[in-house]
Amino acid sequence: MLETQEVTQAIAVEHLVKRYRRAQRNAVDDISFSARRGETFGLLGPNGAGKTTTIGILTTSVLPNSGRAAIAGIDVVANPIGAKQRIAVVPQRNNLDRTLRISEILTYHAAYHGVPRAERTARAHTLLEELGLNERRKEKLGWLSGGLEQRVMLARALMHEPEVLFLDEPTNNLDPQTRLFLWERIHNLQKRGVTIVLTTHDMEEADRLCERIAIMDQGRILALDTPDGLKRLIPGGTMLELRLRVPELVGALRTVEGGATNVQDERFRETLGSLSGVTKVEQLAEGSQPETLAFRLYASSDAGILLANAAQAVIQEQGELLDLRFTRPSLEDVFIYLTGRNLRS
Amino acid sequence: MSAIIPSPQQHEFHARSNARATLTAFLAIVSRDLLVIRREILVFLLQTLIQPLFFLFVFGKVLSTIGAASASFSTVLLPGVVALTVFLTALQGPAIDLARDLNVIREIDDRLLAPLPTVLVAVEKLLLATLRALIGGAFIFPLAFWILGSGFQVRTDMLGVLIGLMVLVALVGASVGLVLGTAAPIQLLPLIFALVLTPLMFTGCTFYPWASLGAIKWFQIVTLFNPLTYAAEGMRYAMIPPLHGQPLQTLAIGWVGLALCASFVLCLWGGLKLFHRRVVS
Repeated sequence: MLETQEVTQAIAVEHLVKRYRRAQRNAVDDISFSARRGETFGLLGPNGAGKTTTIGILTTSVLPNSGRAAIAGIDVVANPIGAKQRIAVVPQRNNLDRTLRISEILTYHAAYHGVPRAERTARAHTLLEELGLNERRKEKLGWLSGGLEQRVMLARALMHEPEVLFLDEPTNNLDPQTRLFLWERIHNLQKRGVTIVLTTHDMEEADRLCERIAIMDQGRILALDTPDGLKRLIPGGTMLELRLRVPELVGALRTVEGGATNVQDERFRETLGSLSGVTKVEQLAEGSQPETLAFRLYASSDAGILLANAAQAVIQEQGELLDLRFTRPSLEDVFIYLTGRNLRS
Repeated sequence: MSAIIPSPQQHEFHARSNARATLTAFLAIVSRDLLVIRREILVFLLQTLIQPLFFLFVFGKVLSTIGAASASFSTVLLPGVVALTVFLTALQGPAIDLARDLNVIREIDDRLLAPLPTVLVAVEKLLLATLRALIGGAFIFPLAFWILGSGFQVRTDMLGVLIGLMVLVALVGASVGLVLGTAAPIQLLPLIFALVLTPLMFTGCTFYPWASLGAIKWFQIVTLFNPLTYAAEGMRYAMIPPLHGQPLQTLAIGWVGLALCASFVLCLWGGLKLFHRRVVS
């Protein structure tokens, strides 16, 4: 039973620990996770969280102090050559061969991995076409833009048809257009069933691409779930923001008698807070004009019901609804919730 | 992209044995480097031969013509220049490549991720550097013939020994280069080159036979710690024709071979160890 599980898993990591020579603390500190075949798995965390070390261990360039890591059931420490046959890496930094032409970078990479000549030529042609590099195939790297280099590295990684593709911060420092382009390519790979492991500190990227995400900080996995599952970690996973205008007469009262302001605000706050499922009401500073108020409701109830109830409550209290919108908690909120720190700090 | 990305199951059938994968990867890396050597051969020869050209011209031709050196000096000089060129050319390949690659360029990553043991990546660099050094070394002979004219005297009855020694000298140079390239942080590389190469060149019996140093005993002993001394002496043994039936006195060829082999094994062992430490943390 255990064995069949091993085989169906593209990646299995158990109690992995890595401490670099002369380091104060463990770079990777007892982490465990696994990824199914065809899954896109994200490692999300700030710089120094241990993401790149984890990838380093899985791609045989870093030796763990203890624990076990396997690619398609092959132990990466015991059999690195076997593991290397099944993986490809798109690294953070450009490490392309500067002496070769772009098409040769691809064909030689495939040759290292034993792809027969006719096949590697055909594959290089298709990939260059696919990634919009065909016109430049005879050029050397020279001064290619970061986005083009990233595309060449992706093409190179795909040349030997890896079972598991590692993307280390794939779109870091890229312009928005290239980012979208790469995201699209990654989606295509997902459709073809390639297992992808990607590290990022970009929330949007993790959210869009990953089926499951491990949030890492200081070498540990703090939480591991689907993006939605992670967001539900925040109590009251649904957030509704509403802006409303209080009719002028009542508004006048507000400005004349300072005390009445709070009464007015309190009335809405109480009404909204008593709606079913609402766990917390926050008044926002956005209501800059004298007669507008803004609230954020945190609720665990279904979004549609909350929306209907909130709208009804505002009307009942003679408020005029100006704006209603859901804000789903972002992964960034989850990270802050888990660590108390901002992701970029 | 549908044609390119297979369903993962297909891979089960394509998985190759590690030995086979290793051999394929090693040969592919060699063929990549051979392509680059072919493409850059002219630049390489120019770069390699400019120094021996001037050594041979100034020390072999000019000095003897103006009477500052005896006419036979060029005969002693040529083997030294061959040894020096082969040694330094072999050394520079891995030293500069690896220092650049491990610190900045990281081109080497693609090879380290190829399915072969990582030390073989270093071994391949060493072998290719040896090959380049031998190509450079071979071109010195026609160059010397052209510059020295009648002063060009090389015995041909020991070609086998000569070629064997050149290979050995190149291997020693490349393994010293492997140590330098893996041990030196890139910022210190120019300093290390200056501190290592200049003494290496001038204590290596390149421009004088070892036996002639008898008058400066301490220096004669110092030179014995330089592998280049054995390289130059070995070349003299294999190249200089006997004068009046008497061969030139050189270090015993047995000791030369032993010292070169020992330097090679020692530097290779240390270099591969350092290399492994640099690429697998």
